[in-house]
Amino acid sequence: MQIDDSDRRLLRHYLAEPGQSVVLLAERAAMTQATIWRRLERLRQMGVISRPEAVIDWRLLGYEVEVSLRFSLDKTDPRAFDDFIAAARLVPEVIAIETFLGRVDVRLNVIARDMAQYQHIYRHAILTLPHIADIESLMLISTVKNKEGLPL
Amino acid sequence: MIDIDAIDRQILRSLAQDASQNASILGRQLGLSQPATWRRIKRLTETGVLSGQRVAVDAAALGFGVTVFLGIKLATKGRVSLEDFERAVASIPEVQVVQHVLGLYDYRLRVVARGIGDFERILRRRIMTLPGAGQVEANVLLTQERGLGPL
Repeated sequence: MQIDDSDRRLLRHYLAEPGQSVVLLAERAAMTQATIWRRLERLRQMGVISRPEAVIDWRLLGYEVEVSLRFSLDKTDPRAFDDFIAAARLVPEVIAIETFLGRVDVRLNVIARDMAQYQHIYRHAILTLPHIADIESLMLISTVKNKEGLPL
Repeated sequence: MIDIDAIDRQILRSLAQDASQNASILGRQLGLSQPATWRRIKRLTETGVLSGQRVAVDAAALGFGVTVFLGIKLATKGRVSLEDFERAVASIPEVQVVQHVLGLYDYRLRVVARGIGDFERILRRRIMTLPGAGQVEANVLLTQERGLGPL
């Protein structure tokens, strides 16, 4: 199955704001609602897009601290990545796990209610993760832009 | 801070996995009436706790084979306005995420490109030419996953 120009147009508008109503999307993409349902369902079945997931604003729930932790792993152990990721998944405050090619091997996004709780999580749940060679932290001050749409 | 109870948590957990579920489907899962569920979802939406929806995209299937995270240090701190830098960087279509951070770098960017050649073009022509852009570190994204968080 192919992705055609209409799919691209639809995705450009849909991904710019996945939570928008189908009525609004139909207007923006100049398609009928029925066409939109059919095309999005097909793209989901092809695995091009996932089902929509709700985004939670953690700050409003009292999680004031968000830290991006960048890890280098000890790659002499072939299981380093698998072990590390499996253990990181078990930490509830880890809201994202990314792996990279570059100076950084893995990045975790960790949230906490305040610095005291962050320190506790860092000491007891992060530093105890397996195969860590080095850690750097970036503390999030503000998010200037967050649009996971694509320039289609 | 918005107070939520155990049922709100279950609703958030469920919607964080599939936001297309309506109040009657969710209510049935939780043993709650449709109107009661709807009122809770409405409150979580109006207070901003449910701040929108997100879709995971197979960018490669759409022709964007490379996603790169850039750490950027501003070269001339104090002399460049952060607002000018932020406005310029946020206007680049290939830049999906811009975060102001404290630590080794000043900004974190998520950039999508059609391939390494395209990425080099964006880096040279759009990023390195930004007002105040100094040292840049690039890491190519291999995999990503999200956790549900402390719910």
